[in-house]
Amino acid sequence: MSTTQVTAEPGSHEITVTRELQAPPELVYRTFSEPDLLAQWLGPRALTMKVDSFDLRHGGTWRFVHVAPDGDEHWFHGCFHGESSVEAGITQTWEYEGVPGDVSLQRATFAATPTGTVVRLTSVHLSVESRDAHIAAGMVGGVTEGFERMDELIERLARG
Amino acid sequence: MEMVEDRLSTVFAALADPTRRAILAQLKDGAASVTALGRPFAMSQPAISRHLKVLERAGLISRARHATVRLSRIEGEALGEVRSWLEGYRQWWDDSFEQLDELLSDLQQDQREAAT
Repeated sequence: MSTTQVTAEPGSHEITVTRELQAPPELVYRTFSEPDLLAQWLGPRALTMKVDSFDLRHGGTWRFVHVAPDGDEHWFHGCFHGESSVEAGITQTWEYEGVPGDVSLQRATFAATPTGTVVRLTSVHLSVESRDAHIAAGMVGGVTEGFERMDELIERLARG
Repeated sequence: MEMVEDRLSTVFAALADPTRRAILAQLKDGAASVTALGRPFAMSQPAISRHLKVLERAGLISRARHATVRLSRIEGEALGEVRSWLEGYRQWWDDSFEQLDELLSDLQQDQREAAT
């Protein structure tokens, strides 16, 4: 069973998310680069995602909304940078419209493994505070069930 | 909530130093004296003591005197706060990737059916 790994070193501007998927990189890339597929998986199940625009070219813009069960809308938008491909990955900026100007830069890469693909999402934020606030926003409605044991957390912190 | 965040800032400031993270990793194996903790580092005992004070203020360790030595011990609660802070974010992505697993499985099923 694949697990989602999140690394956020104390005092850093960066967050890394990695996950292995049981499908070849070309197919995984499609689920990141085709808006009708992307809308079927990005975000928690309780939210409905609608893609407003998605122009996957250098300088092209994207915008989508997550609609909560109570009708609350959370809009995000940004811009794509460079040529996107399964080899080069996808580089884009992100901004939550509730906090204008608090932009982060994310690169998604797709690496083949013997059984599938490892997706790595690296995002860099403008400040440590901004990064920490971004993580804290994920706590809202977050479920705290067993992830790693405490000693694994310490090991990881020690390596950092 | 604000108090939790303030505490989290103190914990993160304490964890931001690689020596202090290495000290915590050592304490994972049990309580230890300042001499034992200082051994792997090219650092004076007062310098190690200063790091221990920062960890203690953040609630990451406790220190108590046993006979003639002062032992440092790891405290799980502050680290637990760090973990739950990350956990919500991780859960967001984990939920997403679980949905992606299902989508990829459906897409591959469609491909197989189209090929036959």
